[in-house]
Amino acid sequence: MRGIRVGDRLLHIYTWLVIVWLSSPIAVMILFGFNDKQSKSNTSWQGFTLRWYAELFDISDLTVALRNSLVIALISTVITVVIGTMLGLALGRHRFRGKGVTNFLVFAAISTPELVMGASLLSLFVSGSVPRDANTIIVSHVLFSLSFVVVTVRARVVTLDPSLEEAARDLGATAWGTFRQVTLPSIMPGVLAGAMLSFALSIDDYVVTSFVNGSTVTFPLWIVGAVKTGIPPQVNVMGTLIFGVGVLIAIANAVAARRRN
Amino acid sequence: MRRLTPYLLALPSWMWLAIFLVVPMVAMASVSLQTGNAIDGFAMTFSFSNYGDALSRYSPQLLRSLLYGGLATVAMLIIGYPVAYWIAFRGGHRKSVYLFLLLLPFFVSFVLRTISWNFLLSDNGILFGTLKGWGLLPADFHVLATTFAVVGGLTYNFLPFMILPIYVALERVDPRVVEAAQDLYATRTAAFRRVVLPLSLPGVFAGVLMTFVPATADPINAQILGGTANTMIGNIIQTEYLTNLDYPTASALSFTLMAVLLVGIFIYARALGTENVLEAAAR
Repeated sequence: MRGIRVGDRLLHIYTWLVIVWLSSPIAVMILFGFNDKQSKSNTSWQGFTLRWYAELFDISDLTVALRNSLVIALISTVITVVIGTMLGLALGRHRFRGKGVTNFLVFAAISTPELVMGASLLSLFVSGSVPRDANTIIVSHVLFSLSFVVVTVRARVVTLDPSLEEAARDLGATAWGTFRQVTLPSIMPGVLAGAMLSFALSIDDYVVTSFVNGSTVTFPLWIVGAVKTGIPPQVNVMGTLIFGVGVLIAIANAVAARRRN
Repeated sequence: MRRLTPYLLALPSWMWLAIFLVVPMVAMASVSLQTGNAIDGFAMTFSFSNYGDALSRYSPQLLRSLLYGGLATVAMLIIGYPVAYWIAFRGGHRKSVYLFLLLLPFFVSFVLRTISWNFLLSDNGILFGTLKGWGLLPADFHVLATTFAVVGGLTYNFLPFMILPIYVALERVDPRVVEAAQDLYATRTAAFRRVVLPLSLPGVFAGVLMTFVPATADPINAQILGGTANTMIGNIIQTEYLTNLDYPTASALSFTLMAVLLVGIFIYARALGTENVLEAAAR
């Protein structure tokens, strides 16, 4: 029995080591947002400062890139959530012709490598002489987020009890009223999870965006463009703030879910 | 009207998937067979030799991508399996906390995480610079711009995608099944090898798929951590498309990459047994 305990303890330590390894770049990112660097490069620790938080928006094209990312993520999330929820409802609730093909396409959109997706979208836009700008980015982000919303909503829809909706209709609710007051509230956790996922995927995307952006620059594209000249600490600060907000939302979400149960 | 409902619900997504997923693939297939240049335009000439030309120029990068993707996947499996195992069987009521901690990196952008590694591993950075200052490392020691840096970066970036599916599979293993094996005088090792491991294979299968494909096709790690000697196929496709504007070569390479990955998945699926695959796909 002693051997078992030692093995478990070692695995416990090992799990923590992996967690530390996974988190170490985050710690570095946060730390160097407070670095009072004097030279051009931000690679060695030179003292604590809050200067970069005060000067967060001083690099105008970086600020534009961040704003582009937020706006694109917001618009593409709204579109994705609306059409993805509709398809999730159709797949989870109804029998219809073409369901198999639809399932296949949803799976294909998830499993196509980002690189191939970006390349094929650019082929389409080049073939059709479509100018690349924020619109082509939004269209592409909807495409790679769509399946994730469909899958999370469908998973929620299949657990619904259809008799609830029947009861609403028996009590005289219209089809739209039933949807708004019965169906939508019960699938809401799935819809919200899909929305958060699609926002996160959009704001994080580099590969697909790099093919379809034209001259529009997003946050990840700006960062990669700045690697050679050195990443300014403002990027660390923005990354830290996005990280903080994301973690807070995730924790709030988990707490809310626990309270519901 | 009620019979039309599912079609109306599905219509917008169908259009989106048709116009922006299916049609682009066709467009890419078509571009890959054209000849011409960015200034005078491209014309369809059914030039299948584009594929041969592209491959003869870039097969080293394609093979390197498959090698790096494969190495990273094996590393992820070796690193990730014990973590998934410990959380599933010994995580107790803190399971979700551990999973949350494993997912923390996803709250930082992929690009930024990779740049953080570049920063941590830089030749005279906080890690190696300090060690060199203490004389613990030779002055010319470096990790950046090596195979190790790129494979390490890929392993780091996709590891949670390996751990999660394995965890899900292990979580479903009834501990009583393991106890039964031990009651029947199986040693701990035998119980693991004959009971737990086979039951976790669908998770391993899903994990390998979810990591090998994106790792092989990833351009970011090679670009930020690899230097010039570790160029992967993703970097080539990006350069051909965006810098050289050689759309036919780039399209031919993208198609080849996709075909190779599909064939790889198929062979892998056959080797592992169709039942496991169907089971994994059903989840």
